[in-house]
Amino acid sequence: MDQNSLHRARNRALGIAHGVGLFLAMLVICLPGIWIVLSSLRPTVEIMAKPPVWIPRELSLDAYVAMFSGIGKGGIPVLDYFRNSLIISVTSTVIAIVIGMAGGYAFARYRFRAKSAMFLGLMLTRTVPGIALSLPLFFVFARLGIIDTHFGLILVYVALNVPFTIWLIDGFFRQVPKDLAEAAQIDGCTRWQAFWQVEFPLAGPGIASAGIFAFLTSWNEFALASQLTRSINSKTLPVGLLDYTAEFTIDWRGMCALAVVMIIPALTLTFIVQKHLVGGLTSGAVKG
Amino acid sequence: MATVSLKKLTKSYGPVAVVQGIDLEVADREFIALVGPSGCGKSTTLRMIAGLEDISDGLIEIGGRKVNDLPPRSRNISMVFQSYALYPHMTVRENLGFSLKIAGAEKEEMDRRVAEASSILGLDQLLDRRPSQLSGGQRQRVAMGRAIVRDPDVFLFDEPLSNLDAKLRTQMRTEIKKLHAKVQSTVIYVTHDQVEAMTLADRIVIMRDGFIEQVGTPDEVFRRPQTRFVAGFIGSPPMNLHEAAVDDGQLLFQSGERLPLPSQFKANVATGDKVVFGLRPDDIYPTGHGISSGEDADVHQMELPVTVTEPLGNETLVFAEFNGSDWVSRMLNPKPLKAGDRVKMSLDLSQAHLFSAETGKTLRG
Repeated sequence: MDQNSLHRARNRALGIAHGVGLFLAMLVICLPGIWIVLSSLRPTVEIMAKPPVWIPRELSLDAYVAMFSGIGKGGIPVLDYFRNSLIISVTSTVIAIVIGMAGGYAFARYRFRAKSAMFLGLMLTRTVPGIALSLPLFFVFARLGIIDTHFGLILVYVALNVPFTIWLIDGFFRQVPKDLAEAAQIDGCTRWQAFWQVEFPLAGPGIASAGIFAFLTSWNEFALASQLTRSINSKTLPVGLLDYTAEFTIDWRGMCALAVVMIIPALTLTFIVQKHLVGGLTSGAVKG
Repeated sequence: MATVSLKKLTKSYGPVAVVQGIDLEVADREFIALVGPSGCGKSTTLRMIAGLEDISDGLIEIGGRKVNDLPPRSRNISMVFQSYALYPHMTVRENLGFSLKIAGAEKEEMDRRVAEASSILGLDQLLDRRPSQLSGGQRQRVAMGRAIVRDPDVFLFDEPLSNLDAKLRTQMRTEIKKLHAKVQSTVIYVTHDQVEAMTLADRIVIMRDGFIEQVGTPDEVFRRPQTRFVAGFIGSPPMNLHEAAVDDGQLLFQSGERLPLPSQFKANVATGDKVVFGLRPDDIYPTGHGISSGEDADVHQMELPVTVTEPLGNETLVFAEFNGSDWVSRMLNPKPLKAGDRVKMSLDLSQAHLFSAETGKTLRG
């Protein structure tokens, strides 16, 4: 075999190995998701079977039907939970993005006293595990009377997300050359107009990704929500999962069905925003 | 179209003064180049005129109107940035029309003015592209187009050509000159490239360390530099500058070698004065291979060893050793020379410059 065909064979073998490796990695990542969807459609015996039944023998939507069929018929107040989740997540995300934009812009563009100390302080808040805060938060919220309210959870999630959105959005504003806002001001914009007309659209993808992260954090958060909510007034979907646990049994099928209901909006949102996340918009602004 | 006047204009960042009280009058339709080494305050001056930088002290007037504290949009200026600063999320057409859109212009008016600017700059084919799809030269043109569309009182250019390659730079330089002839407006042009300044400007302002060293036409700053700094900064290759002492009607160099004191300075110096002697490469040449501008009596002949030659085709730069260092000379209609040759050189002393070693100011009366 001559050198050329040797190299060709080796490249082909490497390509195949590459493909197999990627497939295995994707399998590890996707399998839990697939398993949840499958489990929501099959009877408990099959879910609990050992060794596992890989190919489902019967599929049914019973769990979904039961979920929406009301208290007493195996249902849970899923619509209330969904509404609570939506209100809390959307509101806290919007607030976190607004604060993140203001803060990120300030950190990216202005010089002020104790700037790096403040930035470090914001980042340090991320090092505290949320669960460690649950007890103090519970006491404070109990005193304030905001346990089991939308407001309480929104407050927690805004505090949780703001350092992150500031950090992310700061990075994106830094990538927008300063010259652009100056050019816009010379072209007749006020400082405010220059921001909205030029800097905001260019940092848009970054702001959108900060939004997704903030939304998903709020949407999926369980530990704090389970402490700070009590009833259908404020319980979110992750907390609602607990409704499927009884004293001695866990309804895995129902829980998986609710998990699917939770995943779908998050997945949809990510897909919608994803196409706006393409980077490289700023390329070509400056230099050749 | 408007005049621009700077009076005692100052900019300091804390204790550091980067522009130290400069005065400048720019006439209507004049093309002024601010030139100087980096950190001399030229860009800061331009940004203060644009309103992008607050001024610490002094006065800026555009068209006789004080604009000290006006925001950039109220000064009716336009600016071309070194980085071009095109809006990447807009097409060329939107980039050009942006200022009109902000001003709330009618659609027809906008189209008309964008078309006008794009035809001046040859951008018609590019109107629907985005900046990322353009080459460096095209981006440069769009940046200029955006400036033209505004029909401003004053054009400000901040090193607009420094991101282009050498060939394109020469080409765009010519285009800027043509453009100025066409639109006939006041231009303030910042560059660190003295060739750009010389070729484009009606008058050149040479700055150093926040001060203006000299203001003059290209010819004035080249032929009559007021300071040693200007003499060394303007001209390529730079002027030969060497310290010497005046001694009995002669210049005594550190190596002990002597040159006659140029006659035009005789009245202004006395024995013992420390001076800096300057002679442009054009005024030193291997005898018979240059052009004397003065009387033959002013041309001093001496034999010098050649250290390096740099052939440029139509001319050759010859480095000859005198006073312990290399002096650049320009040999027209070149003949073959090599390092080590001893060559008879002509020094045209009628074109020589003398500066005070102490103050750096010219000793010309």
